[in-house]
Amino acid sequence: MLPAPFVRWFAARGWSPRAHQLALLDCAAARQPALLIAPTGAGKTLAGFLPSLVALSDPARSVEGAGLHTLYISPLKALAIDIARNLSAPISEMGLPVACETRTGDTPVSKRQRQRTRPPHMLLTTPEQIALMLSHRDAGHLFRDLDTVILDELHALAPSKRGDLLSLDLARLRTLAPRLMSIGLSATVGRPTELCAYLVPQLGPDERVDLAELVLAGGGAKPKISILELEEPVPWAGHSARYAIGEIYRAIERHRLTLVFVNTRMQAELIFQELWRANEEGLPIALHHGSLDVAQRRKVEAAMAAGRLRAVVATSTLDLGIDWGDVDLVIHVGAPKGASRLIQRIGRANHRLDEPSEALLVPANRFEVLECRAALEAAEAGEQDVLLSRSGALDVLAQHVLGMACQAPFRPDELFAEVRSALAYSSLARRDFDRVVDFVSTGGYALKTYERFARLKACEDGRLRLAHPSIARQYRLNAGTIIDSPMIKVRLTRARRAGPAATLLLSGGRLLGEVDESFIEQLTPGDTFVFAGEILRFAGLKDTEAFVTRSPDRYAMIPSYEGGKFPLSTHLAARVRALLADQSAWRHLPGPVAEWLSLQAERSAIPTADEVLIETFPRAGRHFLVVYPFEGRLAHQTLGMLLTRRLERRGAHPLGFVANDYGLSLWGLADLSELVASGKLDLARLFEEDMLGDDLDAWLAGSTMMKRTFRAAAVIAGLIERRHPGREKSGRQITMSTDLIYDVLRRHDPGHILLQAAWADAATGLLDLTRLGRFLSRLKGRIRHQALCHVSPLSVPILLEIGREPVAGEAGDRLLEAHALDLVAEALEGSEPQSEGKRNARAQARATRRR
Amino acid sequence: MLELKPERLDAGDFNEQALSVCGKSFIADISGALYWPAESVLMVADLHLEKGSSFAARGVMLPPYDTRETLTRLAAVIDRFGPDTVVCLGDSLHDSNGASRMSEEDRETLSILQADREWIWITGNHDRDVGAALGGHVVSELTVEGLTLRHEPRAAPITHEIAGHLHPAAKVSLHGHTLRRPCFAGNGRRLVLPAFGAFTGGLNVLDAAFMPLFGTGGVSVLLLGQEGLYPVASRLLRED
Repeated sequence: MLPAPFVRWFAARGWSPRAHQLALLDCAAARQPALLIAPTGAGKTLAGFLPSLVALSDPARSVEGAGLHTLYISPLKALAIDIARNLSAPISEMGLPVACETRTGDTPVSKRQRQRTRPPHMLLTTPEQIALMLSHRDAGHLFRDLDTVILDELHALAPSKRGDLLSLDLARLRTLAPRLMSIGLSATVGRPTELCAYLVPQLGPDERVDLAELVLAGGGAKPKISILELEEPVPWAGHSARYAIGEIYRAIERHRLTLVFVNTRMQAELIFQELWRANEEGLPIALHHGSLDVAQRRKVEAAMAAGRLRAVVATSTLDLGIDWGDVDLVIHVGAPKGASRLIQRIGRANHRLDEPSEALLVPANRFEVLECRAALEAAEAGEQDVLLSRSGALDVLAQHVLGMACQAPFRPDELFAEVRSALAYSSLARRDFDRVVDFVSTGGYALKTYERFARLKACEDGRLRLAHPSIARQYRLNAGTIIDSPMIKVRLTRARRAGPAATLLLSGGRLLGEVDESFIEQLTPGDTFVFAGEILRFAGLKDTEAFVTRSPDRYAMIPSYEGGKFPLSTHLAARVRALLADQSAWRHLPGPVAEWLSLQAERSAIPTADEVLIETFPRAGRHFLVVYPFEGRLAHQTLGMLLTRRLERRGAHPLGFVANDYGLSLWGLADLSELVASGKLDLARLFEEDMLGDDLDAWLAGSTMMKRTFRAAAVIAGLIERRHPGREKSGRQITMSTDLIYDVLRRHDPGHILLQAAWADAATGLLDLTRLGRFLSRLKGRIRHQALCHVSPLSVPILLEIGREPVAGEAGDRLLEAHALDLVAEALEGSEPQSEGKRNARAQARATRRR
Repeated sequence: MLELKPERLDAGDFNEQALSVCGKSFIADISGALYWPAESVLMVADLHLEKGSSFAARGVMLPPYDTRETLTRLAAVIDRFGPDTVVCLGDSLHDSNGASRMSEEDRETLSILQADREWIWITGNHDRDVGAALGGHVVSELTVEGLTLRHEPRAAPITHEIAGHLHPAAKVSLHGHTLRRPCFAGNGRRLVLPAFGAFTGGLNVLDAAFMPLFGTGGVSVLLLGQEGLYPVASRLLRED
C-alpha cells in the first residue's frame, strides 16, 4: 500500500511501518473516517499524516496552485509547532512537493492574511484559528478543496467547550468541502465510541449513532509503577511533598532525564524551589508551566530535545503528545486524580513502545497514599476513567452562530441542520436553537424592547444577515472559548525610586509570564511570592500589568496553594473507598498509613464501600461534623455551603467548613452529637436530596462560584466583550458587570438562555452538582454515624486544612459584621480585641436573633 | 462622620447606619439611599436609568431590566422612609435620549412615585433634559439647611456638601478575603453617595479622583454588603 519512496524512507531510518499506520492508509484510501488509539511512542502522529503525505506526493496530482489539502488541529500551540518540526524531516528527506505551515495566535498578522489568500498544502493550527478562519467571507473559497482534517489529542479536546466549538466548525467544514475525511488521534480512553461518533456527521434518526472506524495500536509494554516509601512517615496533610524532596533528587541523579509532574502551577514552583535547594550536584533542572512566558517555555523545550537537561518540573502543559528527548523516569508528585491521567503521563517516559516506562508516585499526604495505591492498581488492571458524555454548550453555540453570520447571511433551517450533525448538538431542540439565534440578535430577553437594535436582520429571501459590518470586527476580537480567570502579565523590574515620595517606578522590565488576576488582587505592595522559579516582591499594579522585583528572601510570605484544578475522578474515588474498606489490602500500604487506618478502625469506624461515614466530636470549644463522601473537592465545597444553611436553620450555629477531595468538616457552637442523639438533628433529613432544590436556589442567588460560572458563559456567548478596540477592558470591569447582570436576570428573566447555559456548566463544573446529586442518592439509608469524644484519626488531614485553604469568598458579610463589632469594641474598651468567649457569646446572640 | 452606636450594632441590625454631615443627622440605607429625618428628604445618586438600552443601541445587548430594577429598589426605600421630598443627585438617565427609550410601564411607575411628594432632579453631565420628559423639578443644585446638594463634588476640601457622580467603592482585605463593594464616603463635613442604579459600577475611594475632596484628613467609608451596611477601618482599604 505504501509507495516506494516511503518504503525506502522508513528503511533508511531503520523502521518498518506499523500495522496501525498501514491500517489508517487503508481507511483513507476508502475515504473512511477513522480514530486511532495508540500509546505514546507508537508513531501516532506519523500515522495521521501518512495518508496526506502519500496523496500529496502522488505524481498524478498537480500540486501547483492547489489549495489547502490537509488541516491538522491540536489543542496546544506548542504541539502544532512541534509537529511541524517533525514533519519537515520526512518532507525534506523524501523531497516531497508539500508546503507545510503553522498558524496560531502567535503567527504574525501579515502571515495569517497571506495564508488565507495563498494557503499551504498542509496547515497545522488550533481550534480557535479554525473558528476565526471560518468567520471570514473567503472561507468558502479557502476550504473548497479541503481533503483531510486530522484531530490530534482528541481525548483531551472533545469533552470540553473547546471541543464543542470545534465540532461545530467541523460540521461547517463538511458543508464547505463535502468530500472531507476526518482522522482522529487519541490516547487510550475508557469509551472510544464517543470519540468515534465525534468525528463523523450525525445525520440519521436520533437512535442511530454513526461512527468512525476504530484502529487500535497494539499495547506497549506494561509500565513499571511504584509508590515512594520513605522511613519518614507521610505527612498528615498538605500538598507540598517537601518530605520527599531528597528521594526525588536522588532518583533524578540515577536517571538520564526525569519528568516531574505536578497538578498545579504553584506546586510546580514550590517543588522547583525545593529541588534547587537540594541541588548539590548542580544538575540542570528546568521549570515548565502555562503561566511562564512563551519564550521561556520554548527554551526549556529546546533544551530537553537537545538532551541538555536532567529534569523538568511540569504541569499538564507538558502532558500532550510532544515528544522530546529520552525521558526514562516519570515522577508524579501528588495524587494523579484519575487513572487515565496517570497512564497518559507515564506514557511520556521512554517513547520506545516496546520498553516499559518507569514511574514513581510520590503521595503528599496520607489520603494521597490511598489514592496513589488505587491509581496504581487501576493502571495495572488497564482500567480507564470514563469521559462524561455531554450535550453541547449553548454559549458556545451562540458564539458559533455569530461567527457564521460574519461569514455570510444564513438560512436558519440550514444552519440548524448543520449544527445538529455535530454529536454534542445532535439532540438540540429547534426551540433552543431559535432562542440562541434570538440571543445573538437582540440578547434574547423576554421583554422584547430591543428589536430595533437587532444585530441580525432578515433579507428578502429569508436569510439572516449582520446588521452592520462592525459587528464582524468585534466578533474577531473576542472569539475563542478558552476562558480562564483573567490573566495579568508579570514584569520583572529593578527597584528604582523617584521623587521625594520615594515611590517605585513601575515601568519596563522583562516579561516573566502571567498570573491569575484573583491572585494579584490579594497582594499588597511588599508581599513576596514564588513565580517563575524565583522569590519575587510585588511592587504594584499599573495599566493591568503587575510589576515585581527580585526578593533576597529565602522563603515567600504568600503560600497560595492553588488547590487542584481536577477533583478526584469518580472511578478512582470508588477504588479508594474500596481500598479503605478492605482491611486485608492495608498490608500493601506504608507502615504509618496502615497504622493510621487501624487506629481509625479502633477509635471510630472504617466505612464499608457502600456506607458513608459521618463523625461528630468536640474540640477546643467547637463541635465538628465530618463526612467522607470521596466525591472531590468541588462537590464537597458545594455540599458544605448547603449544609451550612441547613444547620443554621436547625439551630446548630455553624461557623465554617473546610473541604478537600476526600471529605469535608463543618464546625459550630452547638453540640452536634447531642443534637443527633436527642433526635433534634436527623442526619438522614440533613442530607436529603431536596437540598438541591430550594436551598440550592436560594444560595445560588448570592453564590460567588455561580456568578463566576455565569461570567464565563456571558463572555463566551459574546454578551460581554473581552476586548474593545482602543480600550483594553481589565478582568475587573467584566466581573463587576456580569455580577450585576446575573442579579438582574435572576430576578426579571429567570428563563434566560445564559442562565440555562451557566446552570448546565455549574452542574459539572465549579459546583459539580451532578456528582453531588449522585452522592446524595447513594447516601440514602447508608449513613454510618459515629459520635466521638475526640478527634478521629481519619479526620485529621481534613482538619489540618483549616486555615490553609480559605473558603471561596462566600464569607463576605459575616466578616464585615465581625469587623464592625471589633471596631465598636475597640472604641468602647480602649483597644483590646474581643476575647474568644465574648466573640462566641456575640455570635450566639446574633444567631438567635436572626431566627 | 460615622457614629458607631454600640447599642445599635449589638442589636444585629445592619440595614441602616446613622451618619452625620456638619452636625446634621442622616440615615444611610443598605440600598445606597440617604435619608434626612429632620427634613423628610430622601436622596439617591446616579440612577443611570436606561443604561441597558443605551448599550443595546450600540450593539452590546445588556438586559433591558435595569430601569425596572432601579425603580423597584427606589420604590422600596421610599416606602420604608415615606419622605416628603425625593432628590435625585444627577446622572439619573444614562444618556440624554434615555427618557425617550423608557417603557410606558416604567414611566407609569415613576409618576406613581412622584405623586404625593416633591420630586427634584439635580442635573448631572448626561441628563440635562430629564425634567421635560419625566416630571418633577429640575435644578442644578439645591441648598437645604446650609448643606448643598449637587451632582459633582467640588474638587477642593470644602465642607457642607452632599454629592454623587464618583460612584465610590471600597476594596477591603479581611482575613485573607478581598471584597470590593460600593460605599458611602465622607469625613463628617462632606459626603459622597454610592451610585444607586442597578447597572452602575464603582470607583475606588483611594483613586486620585477622590484625593482633592478629603485632603490629608482622609475618608471614612460605610460599605454596602449583601445583607447590611458596615463601617470599615480606613487602614484596611486597598487600591485596585
